[in-house]
Amino acid sequence: MEVTLKVRRFNPEQDEKPYFAEYTLKDVEPVDRVLDLLHHVKWYIDGTLALRRSCAHGICGSDAMRINGVNMLACKALVQNLIKGERGTIQVEPMYGLKVIKDLVVDMEPFFDHYRSVMPFLVNDTIPEGGRERLQTPEQRERFDEGTKCILCAACTTSCPSYWANGTYVGPAAIVQAHRFIFDSRDEAGADRLAVLSEENGVWRCRTIFNCTTACPREIPVTQLIAEVKGEIGRR
Amino acid sequence: MQTHRHEVIIVGAGGAGLMAALYASRNTDTAVISKLYPTRSHTGAAQGGISAALGNHEEDNPDWHVYDTVKGSDYLADQDAVEILCREAIDVVLELEHMGLPFDRTPDGRIAQRRFGGHTSNFGEKPVRRACHAADRTGHMILQTLYQQCIKNDVNFYDEFHVVDLIMNGDRPAGIVAIELGTGEMHIFQAKSILFATGGWGKVWQISSNAYTLTGDGNAILLRKGLPAQDMEFYQFHPTGIFRLGILITEGVRGEGGVLLNDKGERFMERYAPTIKDLASRDVVSRAIYLEVQEGRGINGKGYVHLDITPETVNHYLQKEGEKRRIDREYIETKLPDILDFCRTYLGVDPVHEPMPVQPTAHYAMGGIPTNAETEILANAAGDIVPGLYAAGECACVSVHGANRLGTNSLNDLVVFGRRGGLRAAEYAKDADWVPLPDDPAGEIRAALEGIRNANGSTRPIELRERMMTIMSRDVGVFRTEEGMSRALEEIRELQETFRTDLTIDDTGHIFNFDLLEAWETGNLLDLAEVTAASALARRESRGAHSREDFPERDDENFLTHTLATVDVNGKISLDYKPVVITKHQPKERVY
Ligand SMILES: Cc1cc2nc3c(=O)[nH]c(=O)nc-3n(C[C@H](O)[C@H](O)[C@H](O)COP(=O)(O)OP(=O)(O)OC[C@H]3O[C@@H](n4cnc5c(N)ncnc54)[C@H](O)[C@@H]3O)c2cc1C
Ligand code: FES
Repeated sequence: MEVTLKVRRFNPEQDEKPYFAEYTLKDVEPVDRVLDLLHHVKWYIDGTLALRRSCAHGICGSDAMRINGVNMLACKALVQNLIKGERGTIQVEPMYGLKVIKDLVVDMEPFFDHYRSVMPFLVNDTIPEGGRERLQTPEQRERFDEGTKCILCAACTTSCPSYWANGTYVGPAAIVQAHRFIFDSRDEAGADRLAVLSEENGVWRCRTIFNCTTACPREIPVTQLIAEVKGEIGRR
Repeated sequence: MQTHRHEVIIVGAGGAGLMAALYASRNTDTAVISKLYPTRSHTGAAQGGISAALGNHEEDNPDWHVYDTVKGSDYLADQDAVEILCREAIDVVLELEHMGLPFDRTPDGRIAQRRFGGHTSNFGEKPVRRACHAADRTGHMILQTLYQQCIKNDVNFYDEFHVVDLIMNGDRPAGIVAIELGTGEMHIFQAKSILFATGGWGKVWQISSNAYTLTGDGNAILLRKGLPAQDMEFYQFHPTGIFRLGILITEGVRGEGGVLLNDKGERFMERYAPTIKDLASRDVVSRAIYLEVQEGRGINGKGYVHLDITPETVNHYLQKEGEKRRIDREYIETKLPDILDFCRTYLGVDPVHEPMPVQPTAHYAMGGIPTNAETEILANAAGDIVPGLYAAGECACVSVHGANRLGTNSLNDLVVFGRRGGLRAAEYAKDADWVPLPDDPAGEIRAALEGIRNANGSTRPIELRERMMTIMSRDVGVFRTEEGMSRALEEIRELQETFRTDLTIDDTGHIFNFDLLEAWETGNLLDLAEVTAASALARRESRGAHSREDFPERDDENFLTHTLATVDVNGKISLDYKPVVITKHQPKERVY
């Protein structure tokens, strides 16, 4: 296949503003990933192209970006799912809503700040006698399973129009993380997390647009988890 | 250039680094430096489980775990260290649960355990359920949980700082040099204790389960300081990587009942390991796949075999073996969701309906920075330590894995020795004086990096990497010969020469200059490839993951020893050897 890869580029040491660079790539395999195409550019055409990536199979959360207008992990986006036929164009941009530092690299600090704000850790200092594990039934464990899949890639948060409009909104990823603990039978700080999330920049900024759910590469039902947190605030 | 000071510096934020950080930061000023955001570390890719003889499903005990680990290591592991690993594994797994790790649960609410290769009850009698797991994302949960605890405990992090050198003052470590990715600026970190936890270097080989960023930086830095690398010839090829891509398909698939089939539909492991078959240890299974392919029984004559977890196949074999257990699709969906997702995404293959194409994939470094059980780095075969220097996790070699690691024995290694390392590094830092920084502590590395930045040769780093991966896969892979390895060594040295004399990169800037740092990482990989080939060439026997066609037998008389390789200032490699610690289990023939 022949792919025209359009990459939104910006090098703060040289460029005044971002621009799209086009690379024509021949002999692309349908099962190639967008990450493979970006690597091809970076390795053989222009080594200055900057992007984050590590695991290359959708586990580390490094390479979320906007591909043909939708947030995805470049390592999970197969060319055959983006282009029908023998040739076509794929457009790659950095995620929206976070400051672009260079090419596809954005400033992740605000994202991790929101993450940290919801107390993303188990609070429970009592340990069962004999130091054994706390007991939890498979059903109790299942209750918060979805949220444990999150890889903090930021695809959800940076696909959310409410977040674009207002970067002080904690965003879907942080709410998913809070959900993971609020519904864990072992945790004791649910009320504190719900207090954070019921504030102005908490869950109520969610307008149920569902972009986050579509964007999640781990297939977490993000919008549903947010709704459950909203419900819990109402209930308690 | 900024200078910082922390009593303890931990390089790397995977499972080993974070556990060390949690412990060291309790009573010392500790900072973690990582080239990746901590949650991007490759510990997050670990799937199948972490072993500990909890006995939650059936009887188990740490003595059996020790035996299995020693046997799996082909008797090259140090048995005193293995004892520590297997006993403390129980403790750390429970500690992880207390920290909040969401393990799968048994019906009575305990941590769920599954079978894994080489783990048996009663000294090899039958497979045992020892691998504690959270679906097939156990490593992800460990990494997340440890990071969460670090946030809770306010651990200091320097994220996206790439460590490029260790600062020595004479023979005392004084600190490290790191580049802040976001600015390209060099930083000096003065420290009393420095612990390396930089992970593996699977990117030396073509087909690999490892991340792009696993380039053995810590190991290469220490080699350049004249410190030894231990047992580098022992590199594990995991039997089941996705064909061509190398992405790992956990052994947990076989632990849940999956079987390997050749082109004739034959469960060939029955021939190679009659007792535990598909759950034999990894070196055994990888060789079996390789031989099946070589003898024309790969699927359609190609370089792969099938791994089958479809309920029909699994239940067929469970019944044949007189086991009561049966599985269905839903069970597979809950126990192996990520595996299903990888196959569906990358292959368009749905493992609940059809088998997965697999081949051996470069996976895990048994060798590495030699340490004692306190994680103190050893300077030589006599066992002298370098005070203030520590290593833990995959980059280190204690040695608990010897010539072949058992599945699920790395994650416990990370936490057991990460914890010991954190404690020891902190204890040392409490009493030690600051080692003064030498003049211009970053001078040497700055010159080296500027050399790369401004290099005006004609070879791009990727060309060197591709050549290296081809050479190493061809000649220093699952099977090895004198001829192949000598050729590899020579060719790797040519690549090193090209690296020094004819390199070119495109990016001369500073902000997020990955071009520069990846070129530097390429140099690290080449150095580790060279030491691997040289260590392997000298070991004229077959043991664990090191299989020689020209020396097919294990030779305890001459090679029941650990290799220590050092590189002198002129780049010349010398090899030295040190004895294996054998306590309870005398070497005997290894059959599964
Ligand atoms: C796909 C896969 C599945 C696995 N499954 C299992 C399993 O089920 N059970 C099991 O026991 N083991 C498993 N393993 C093995 C195990 O996961 C690894 O051995 C282990 O996670 C390594 O952890 P670590 O802490 O040593 O290093 P890593 O987690 O790799 O972390 C390395 C850290 O070092 C940092 N770093 C590296 N270089 C530098 C530098 N120059 N400067 C600054 N920072 C640096 C990185 O940023 C990173 O934070 C698996 C391995 C793979 C690849
Ligand atoms: S590179 Fe790890 S998620 Fe894509």
